[in-house]
Amino acid sequence: MEDHFSVKYLRKECLPTPFCPGCGNGIVMNCFFKAIEELGYRDLRNFVFCSGIGCAAWIPSPHFKADSIHTLHGRAIPVAMGVKLVKPHLKVVVFGGDGDIAGIGLNHLVHAARRNLEITVIMVNNMVYGMTGGQVAPTTPEGARTTTTPYGNIENPLNTAELMVSAGAAYVARWTVCHIFHLKRSIKKALKKEGFSFIEVISQCPTSFGRRIGMRRAIDMIKWFRDNSIPIQKARTMKKEELKGKIIIGEFIDKEADGFCKKIYKLIEKARGGS
Amino acid sequence: MVQALKRNEEGKIRFWQGNVACAEGAIAAGCRFFAGYPITPASEIAEHMSIRLPQVGGIFIQVEDEIAAINSIIGASWAGAKSMTATSGPGFSLMQEAIGYAFMTETPCVIVVVQRVGPATGQASKGAQGNVMQARWGTHGDYSAIVLSPNSAQEMYELTIRAFNLSEQYRTPVILLADELSAHIVEPVEIPEKIEIIDRKKPVNLSEPFFGSNDPRGVPPMPELGEGFNVLVTGSTHNEWGYRFTADPQVHHKLITRLYWKIEGKAKEIVDYEIEGNENARIGIVSYGCTSRSVYEALERAKKQGMKIIHLRLKTLWPFPDWIIEEIAERVETIIVPELNLGQLIREVKRAVNGKCRVISITKVGGGELITPNEILEVARRI
Repeated sequence: MEDHFSVKYLRKECLPTPFCPGCGNGIVMNCFFKAIEELGYRDLRNFVFCSGIGCAAWIPSPHFKADSIHTLHGRAIPVAMGVKLVKPHLKVVVFGGDGDIAGIGLNHLVHAARRNLEITVIMVNNMVYGMTGGQVAPTTPEGARTTTTPYGNIENPLNTAELMVSAGAAYVARWTVCHIFHLKRSIKKALKKEGFSFIEVISQCPTSFGRRIGMRRAIDMIKWFRDNSIPIQKARTMKKEELKGKIIIGEFIDKEADGFCKKIYKLIEKARGGS
Repeated sequence: MVQALKRNEEGKIRFWQGNVACAEGAIAAGCRFFAGYPITPASEIAEHMSIRLPQVGGIFIQVEDEIAAINSIIGASWAGAKSMTATSGPGFSLMQEAIGYAFMTETPCVIVVVQRVGPATGQASKGAQGNVMQARWGTHGDYSAIVLSPNSAQEMYELTIRAFNLSEQYRTPVILLADELSAHIVEPVEIPEKIEIIDRKKPVNLSEPFFGSNDPRGVPPMPELGEGFNVLVTGSTHNEWGYRFTADPQVHHKLITRLYWKIEGKAKEIVDYEIEGNENARIGIVSYGCTSRSVYEALERAKKQGMKIIHLRLKTLWPFPDWIIEEIAERVETIIVPELNLGQLIREVKRAVNGKCRVISITKVGGGELITPNEILEVARRI
C-alpha cells in the first residue's frame, strides 16, 4: 500500500501521534501538509518550526521531519524571532494552542504582529487548556463550565484575530476544522506573505472540553462549529446581539507592508556604509 | 559615544565605561545577535550594541520584555549566531525559566547581569552583589552554572570574551555577574593584540548525537538550524537525539548528570582567580567584583602597618573553587568575606572551609555604598 502523501513530511518513528481520539490537531496537520504540498515543497528543509507547551505545540514536535524547537510555555514566538532574524531565508512557522499563544504568550504575539515579523503563527483554538485537564482559557466562551469554572465562565473570551488586525499583522484569517479547504488556502497565503501572518483554527477538544459542555463526541463539536460559523462579510452586516455565540470566519486582513527582517537588514546595510 | 570611539581607534588603550567595554568585548568575541530590554544599570550595553552591532553585520533588537530577550537569543543561537542579552536583577528574575531552558537544551549564550540593590525594584541605580546565589540556583531543577565576576572596565571587556568562549566550548549559557560599579566606572581598557576565540563544535554528519555523548561528561556537537540535520530541540527530558522521554528515570538521570558533570568535571579549567598577599598570613580575605577594589586598598594599608593578609579574588564564582578555599583555610586562622549583601558567597566559603578555620562576614546593603578599606582593616585588626 502506498503511504499517505503526508508521510514524507513526518518522522515515521513518532507515529501514531499521542493525540486523543477525536482531537482536531490531525485535521490542522493535514491541512498544513496539503498546503505545503500544493506550494511545491517536497520536504521541510526550508522550514523551522517553533512551538511552546500544550497539545497543539506537539503538532510539529516531534512529528515533523524538520528542524523544530519545542520551547517553553508561551515562548515560541520570541524563539522564532531569533531564528528568523539570523536566517531570514528560512520559513519559520509557529504552532500553538490558545493558552500558549493568546494566554501566557500573548505579549509576544502582539509585538510580533506590531513588528510585522515575517513568520506564520497557526493558533489552534480549542477554547480550553486541554493538556492540563480542561481549565478555563482566555478564549473560553462565557458561561462554559471547565475544571476551574465549575459555576460557569464569567470572563469574556479574547477575539485574537481582531486583536491581530489592530496590532498590525499583514495577514489574519480564522477558520474552523470543518472549513478545511479554506484553511488550506489560508495557510498557503500565509506562507507566501512577506509579513506577519496569523491563522486561528477553531478546533475541538472532546476529552477536556466537549464532554463538560454536553458535546461528548468530536462530531458534535464540529457540527456546532459548522452551524454557528458566520462569514466575516456577512457578520459585518449583522447586529452585535445577532452575533452572540457565533464564530466569525474568513480573512480579517490581507495587506502588503515591509516586514521586520527586511527592515533590519536594510538598516544593517546602511550602518555598514551602504546606501 | 561614537565619536569618542573613533578618536581612540588607532591606539590600543581605550577609555571606556564598563558597560561599553562589555559590549565591545562581546563584538570582539563574535557576538552578532543582541536582544535586550531597558534596565538600569545595564542599559548602556544595549545602547552601545544598537550602534555597533549593525556596523559589523549583527542584529540588535529591543524587545517587549526580558522574557522575549532571553528566548530570542536562544533562537538566534540555534540559528548559528553567538548571542547575548544584558539586564539587572528584575530582568534576571524574569529570565530564569528560559535560562533553565538554555541549560537543558545546551544552548550557548551569554547573559550579562549588572547587579543592583534588590529585591524587587529595590534601588535601581545603586550597586549591590545580591544575585550571587540566584546566578547559581535561579532556575528550577538540577544543573551546573558558569558565572564570571568582573571587577573593572578591563574585565568587563575580557570576561565578556571569556564568557562567550566558555559558552561555546561547553555549550551552555554563561552568566557575567557584573555590578553597578564595574558597569559604570570609566577606565582605560587595554585591547590585547590577539584575542583567543572559541567556536562551538558542529556536527559533520550523524555519527555523533546532538544531545548526548558516550562520555558521561561530554559536550555534544551542536547543529545549526537550516542545514538539513532535522534537529529536535526540546526543554523536556530528551534522549541523545532530542526525542522526548517525559517519564523515563534513566534517560533523565543520564542527561542531567552529564549536564552537571560537563561543567563540574572541568571546574579546574574553568575557575579563574587572583591570589596576592603574604604567604605566612594568618588572615585571608575572599572577595569578588566591586568589593575586591576596597580589599586592594585595604591590603596596601595593611602592608604599611605590618599586617599579614592573603587575598583571594574570584573571577569565577561558579563552579566554586572548593580546593583553593581549602588550601587557604589550612594556612590561615580566619577568612573574611566582604560582600554587598547580607552574606551569600560566605555560605559557599564556609562549606568549603568545613571547619578548618574561622569564617567571618563583612556585609553592607543599600544605597550602593561600597565596603570601605578601613571597614575591612578594622575587622582584620580585631581578629
